[in-house]
Amino acid sequence: MTLRIEIDNLAKHFGEIKAVDGVSFSVNKGEVLGFLGPNGAGKSTTMKMVTGFLTPTRGTVRVCGHDVLTDPIAVKANLGYLPEGAPAYADMTPDSFLKFIADIRGLSGAEKQRAVELAADRAQIKHVMFQPIETLSKGYKRRVGLAQAILHNPPVLILDEPTDGLDPNQKHEVRTLINDMAHDKAIIISTHILEEVHALCHRNVLIANGRIQFDGTPYELEAMSRYHNAVCLTVDNVADDSLAAFLNAQGYVAEIEALSGDRGFRVYPHKGQQITAELSQSIRDNGWQITSLHAENGRLDEVFRTITMGNQK
Amino acid sequence: MNMKNIWFIMKRELNGYFATPVAYVFIISFLLLTGFSTFFVGNFFERGEADLYPFFSIHPWIYILLIPAISMRLWSEERKSGSIELLMTLPVSVFEAVLGKFLAAWLFTGLALLLNFPLWITVNYLGSPDNGVIITGFLGSFLMAGGFLAIGACVSATTKNQVIAFVLSLIVSLIFVLSGYGIVLDFFSSWAPTALVNAISSFSFLTHFDAISKGVIDMRDLLYFASVILVWLFANAIVVNARKAD
Repeated sequence: MTLRIEIDNLAKHFGEIKAVDGVSFSVNKGEVLGFLGPNGAGKSTTMKMVTGFLTPTRGTVRVCGHDVLTDPIAVKANLGYLPEGAPAYADMTPDSFLKFIADIRGLSGAEKQRAVELAADRAQIKHVMFQPIETLSKGYKRRVGLAQAILHNPPVLILDEPTDGLDPNQKHEVRTLINDMAHDKAIIISTHILEEVHALCHRNVLIANGRIQFDGTPYELEAMSRYHNAVCLTVDNVADDSLAAFLNAQGYVAEIEALSGDRGFRVYPHKGQQITAELSQSIRDNGWQITSLHAENGRLDEVFRTITMGNQK
Repeated sequence: MNMKNIWFIMKRELNGYFATPVAYVFIISFLLLTGFSTFFVGNFFERGEADLYPFFSIHPWIYILLIPAISMRLWSEERKSGSIELLMTLPVSVFEAVLGKFLAAWLFTGLALLLNFPLWITVNYLGSPDNGVIITGFLGSFLMAGGFLAIGACVSATTKNQVIAFVLSLIVSLIFVLSGYGIVLDFFSSWAPTALVNAISSFSFLTHFDAISKGVIDMRDLLYFASVILVWLFANAIVVNARKAD
C-alpha cells in the first residue's frame, strides 16, 4: 500500500468560526474515500486546503510526499481537482478548455491530443466539444470539469460532489468511471448522496462541525445503525399478541416493534448479533408459517442523522 | 518562474478577448476616440506642424476611460465565476498567472494602439515628420498603457464586481494622471513646500509621458513606468493571494 494523501491535524478558522477543526486521515493508492457530512460541515474547506487553494490555519497536508505549504506546485501537479460547482471558463469550448489545461499540465503534441481525447471520451463529452461551455447543461458542465480533473491521469483525484446535478444515468456513468480509475489512484470524493457510499467508496470519513465523527468502511458505518441485523417478519397462522409474547421471551431478542401498516414485527437483536437463523428455526418449531422474513443491513440516513445531529446539541 | 505557463495563460486570456465582442468594441471605440480628439481637440490641422503631438497628448485621458474597461474583467470575473479556484489549483504560481493576464491585456492594448497607423501614414503624406519622435511616442504610450493596466489589474482583484472594478480603476488612474496636471499642482504650490509639489508631480503619468511623447527618451521616465508596472503587479499578486477564496 502506498500512502498518497496524508492529512494531519488540519484546521481552518475564519475569524471565530472553526470551519475545520483538527482533521486527520490518510488515503492509500487504490482507495476511494467518501467524504460525508451535512452542508457546511467543512468538506469543501478541507478539500480546498488539500488542493492548496486555501492556506490552513494549522496542520499539514502531504500529497505523494510533497507538503502543500512548502511545495504547492508539486502537490498541484500530482492531483486532479474538480472544485465544487465545476467552475470553468464559460466562453471557451470544452475542446479549447481541455487543451489549455493540457498545456498547463505540461502535455504537448500527440500526447496532448491523446490526453484530451481520452478525457473527453471517459467523461462522455465528445459530442459537445465545440460548443461554448456557457451553453451546456449543468450535467455537461460537471462532466467537462471531470474531464479537466482526469486529463493528466493524476495519481490523486479530489472530486467535490462529482455527481451533483446529474440525472440517474449520468450518475451511474460517473460512478462507473470513478470505479474504473480507482485501482491505481487515491481518490477523495465528497457527497451527501448516501447511495454512493456503497456504489463508490471503500472507506468513509464522516465530518460534522469541522471534526471527524466517523472513519471506517461502509459496512462499519451501516453497523452503527439501530436497524443493523434487525429482522422483519410476518407470520401467518398465529395471533399478533401471542407471537409478540413468544418473541419477547427469547433470550436473543433485545426489542420488538410492530411494523406499521402491516402485520408482523421488526425484531432487534442484542448489539452486533445475528439472529435470523435462530429466529426462523424457533418459529417453525412452533409450527407457525413464516410468510416473509428479511434481515436489514442498517440505514445510512439514520446513522448519518444520528451522528451529525447528535453532535449539534 | 515558468515562462511556458505565463505564455499559456496569456494565450488563453488573449483568445478570450476575441471570443466575445469586447475586443472589437474596445478597438473601435479607441480608434474613434483617438481619431476624433486628434483632429477636433488637438487641432491636428490648425497647428500646421507635421507631428503627432496632438494624437499622443490625448492618450492619458483616453486610457483613463478605456483601460479600466479592459482590466476590470481580468480578475473579478475569475473570482465571480469561481474559475479562480481552478486556475489557482493548477500547477502555476500566482505571479505567473498575474503576469500572463497582464501581458495579454497589454499586448491587446498594443494592438489597438498600432491600429492607429493610418494617422502616421497621413502625417507622412502631408509633411515630413520626425519619425523617430513618432516611434518614441508610440513606445511611451504603450508603456503608459502598461501602467494603467497594472493599476486596473490589481484593482480588479479586489472585487468580484466588474462595475466596481471599473470605477475604482478609473479613480486611481485619474489620481495618477491629475497629480501632474497644472491646476492640481497650482493648488498645492500655493502652500506646500516645493519638494512636496515636485514629489506629487513626479508621481504623475503625465510628467513622464510628456517628455517621451516629444521624443525625449530619458532613462528615468522608462524606469518610472517599469517600476509602476512592477509595483502594481506585485500588489496584484498579493491581493489575489489574499482574496482568492473569498
